[in-house]
Amino acid sequence: MEPRLKSGKTAPAQRPQPGFVQTLFAVVWKDLTAEMRSRELLSAMLVFALLVIFIFNFALELAPSVRSEVTAGVLWVTFTFAGTLGLNRSMAMEKDRGCLDGLLLAPVERSAIYFGKAVGNLTFILIMAAIILPLYALFYGINVFRPGLLLVILLGSVGYTAIGTLLATMAVQTRTRDVLLPILLFPITLPVLIASVKASSGFLEKAPDLSAILPWLNFLIAYDIIFIALAFMFFDYLVEE
Amino acid sequence: MSTKPPLLKVLDLISLALLIAAAYMALIYAPTEASMGQVQRVFYFHVATAWIGMLGFIVAGVTGIVYLRTQRLKWDIVEVAAVEISLVFFFIAIVLGSIWARPIWNTWWTWDPRLTTAAVTELIYLAYFMLRQGVEDPERRARFGAIYALVGAVSVPITFMVIRLYRTIHPVVIGTPSAAAQGGFNMSSPMQTAFFFAIFAFTIIFIDLLWNRVRLGRFQQEVEDLKLRVIQ
Repeated sequence: MEPRLKSGKTAPAQRPQPGFVQTLFAVVWKDLTAEMRSRELLSAMLVFALLVIFIFNFALELAPSVRSEVTAGVLWVTFTFAGTLGLNRSMAMEKDRGCLDGLLLAPVERSAIYFGKAVGNLTFILIMAAIILPLYALFYGINVFRPGLLLVILLGSVGYTAIGTLLATMAVQTRTRDVLLPILLFPITLPVLIASVKASSGFLEKAPDLSAILPWLNFLIAYDIIFIALAFMFFDYLVEE
Repeated sequence: MSTKPPLLKVLDLISLALLIAAAYMALIYAPTEASMGQVQRVFYFHVATAWIGMLGFIVAGVTGIVYLRTQRLKWDIVEVAAVEISLVFFFIAIVLGSIWARPIWNTWWTWDPRLTTAAVTELIYLAYFMLRQGVEDPERRARFGAIYALVGAVSVPITFMVIRLYRTIHPVVIGTPSAAAQGGFNMSSPMQTAFFFAIFAFTIIFIDLLWNRVRLGRFQQEVEDLKLRVIQ
């Protein structure tokens, strides 16, 4: 609706506000382009994830007999740790160069900025998972290419980035930002981690029992919806000055 | 700075008296439980302190919403007070539970839904205080605190439900216990009296502590304002 002046005339014509989806994709596109050119975020996440897997190998002595049981746990710990690195970096980048202020000054809906950042982060985590999974299969000789597992990774990552992006926005605005994010994030994402590990190990069994996995999948979906809604509600409060 | 309101002074004394009375009820008045013996007496304070932890958790969540709606710092002060009290009382409840669990479950700790949820709540509270420490601007500190408290308040019940999908061994004294629960018992009527009295006593103690802590919070705010005025 056009704002009306006191005299009854309409205000001078303004440029139309970009739509929600348009803004969202503009933010995602910006993140992806920046990443294509610098590659600082994904490379850090990937190297870190590889190191975690290597450390697990020596810490747990991953003998062939126990491998199949701990695979889900190792994978999810890797994803969450590397994911924290990505979330931190993605928000710190905005803050350091004053980009966040620029984004907030834009005449667009703020929740669209949040969803843009979240989709960007989700993309990075999924790319990392897509590279780490075959490497894990290669190193440990376990077939991890099961459609069910991929679905669990998608659902788990959605919940993780939904709340992770929100808390990262909070953490970068504090004094102790780099150390703070995992401390804020891990106790909140514990349900995602538990449900993801349980569902993943269910799908990694030789004969997956769908009726046993379904409750965990339902939990993941419920968590995703609840925390996307929460982030949607709270993001405005987080960035207002 | 104002002096302590007389009503608060009276409430302090009542709280102290109630604490002593609750201790008497739990340690002497209530009969010794037949199979578990004296260690069962931990139960009265264990449930009462856990209840205060829950109460503080709920108060923190509600004041978080009120703060975000009104943006008035007095609600932030209540929230911090509630979280602090809840942190301490959950800790006491966990310690008391461990003392009971050692002879009954033969372990100090098990990854049961209630135990894990209580521990995760403690971790969220600790994160809450670390978050607040990192923010200097009081408005922003209050906003972040309220949002984090609310996110935590939503996450904790989900954690509980997720872990509940595993089997639980925690006894349920009120309501229907699960088949795998160990260490449950039926309360006789003096036991019930002691139990409900402990709950009542700790609720009053909670109100007293909350009031005192809110008062302290106001003083803190006043000092902060005065410091700012000196600098300017």
